[in-house]
Amino acid sequence: MTAFRAMLRRELRLALRGGGDVLTLVLFFVIVGAIVPFAVGPDRALLARIAPGIVWISAFLAMLLGLDRLFRPDHEDGSLILLRHAHLPLSATIAAKLIAHWLVAALPLIVASPFLAMLLAMDEPTFWRMLVSLLVGTPALAAFGAVGAAVTVAIRRGGLIAPILIAPLSIPVLIFGTGSITAPQSAAAMLFLAALSLMAVALAPFAAALAISSAED
Amino acid sequence: MTSRQVFPPLTLRAAGLVCGRGGMALTHDLTLAVGPGRCLLLRGPNGSGKTTLLLTLAGIVAPLEGSFALEGADAETGPNLHYCGHRNAVKSRLTVAENLGFWAAVNGATGMAVAGALDEVGLGRLGTLDAGYLSAGQSRRLALARLLVSLRPLWLLDEPTAALDSEGHELVTRLIERHLAMGGIAVAATHDPITLPDPACMETMVLGARP
Repeated sequence: MTAFRAMLRRELRLALRGGGDVLTLVLFFVIVGAIVPFAVGPDRALLARIAPGIVWISAFLAMLLGLDRLFRPDHEDGSLILLRHAHLPLSATIAAKLIAHWLVAALPLIVASPFLAMLLAMDEPTFWRMLVSLLVGTPALAAFGAVGAAVTVAIRRGGLIAPILIAPLSIPVLIFGTGSITAPQSAAAMLFLAALSLMAVALAPFAAALAISSAED
Repeated sequence: MTSRQVFPPLTLRAAGLVCGRGGMALTHDLTLAVGPGRCLLLRGPNGSGKTTLLLTLAGIVAPLEGSFALEGADAETGPNLHYCGHRNAVKSRLTVAENLGFWAAVNGATGMAVAGALDEVGLGRLGTLDAGYLSAGQSRRLALARLLVSLRPLWLLDEPTAALDSEGHELVTRLIERHLAMGGIAVAATHDPITLPDPACMETMVLGARP
């Protein structure tokens, strides 16, 4: 348990001392959402209708952007080889990385989402549903992203391949994510989203550990 | 067998081992047996497969043929080896002590304390410095300190003296010597002469020339 905590602490320290990294993702998230009103025109009714989808797309793209940071720095400085030989099992290492990744790449987006909701003329009940759906759904995006990043970490330009690999996996998350905000049976969609998140988070550390430990250096 | 013996008697044994990268064999039909308290030095020109052999023994590259095993090892106790490669695995945004403390936590703090290990490798006063400010030789020393904070019987060292000054060479010799005295095994690939005080526990293996 101390090893797990040490891993988590290290990841958070590295991310927060990077400073700019976290802010970049938040800015990207807000900018993607903010340019949509300019592109579709100043129709408040239309904006309010498509706002949940825009928020989810922005969150998805911002989380893709942060994916390369998950394993590549450790791969490049040789830490990843050593983590394979650590006393802490590799799947636990990756679970710690996944939690840290969610805390620095998804939580700041959720904190910034009220700003985006304002820009997109979202009404208040929709906003609260969006907040819950982001909280419930982003762990699934982080988990699928971790698997994609683990599979591609040993490939030189893998950072570009990972998004292509995980986009199909993320489509259900987007469907149920926006569904839980707007669909008539939004409660059912929210339950599906929660199930998806729980399953992805439970399986991703093992899948990612398998991918990393079977890759040659 | 000395009184300081802390590791169970292990033997690293390989038979008919063929290692290579990308399907190309670099070492042919290696047979080796390294017993407790012994050090195997790998020598050979660039590209002769020293690193590949070490990566194979570390379980990172699959052998093309043959097999190897650490005999007498108990699978229950977790990983038995330290790999010290070309890259130092030092995070420049963490301080020196945080870097080492992290490895002590995830590998098990079974060896020296962090401060003691830093003193040992000559970084005692730099614990609070960001590791990004370390020179190449100092980063190397920090990587070597990682071997001290967690006790593991098998050391696989790839160019342990790279970027080190002459005092650093003595440090590496001293660390290996102490490790062997505890009943450990060391396999080191090096171009620099490493001379242990007791030549009887050293073996040298010369790997083939560049094809």
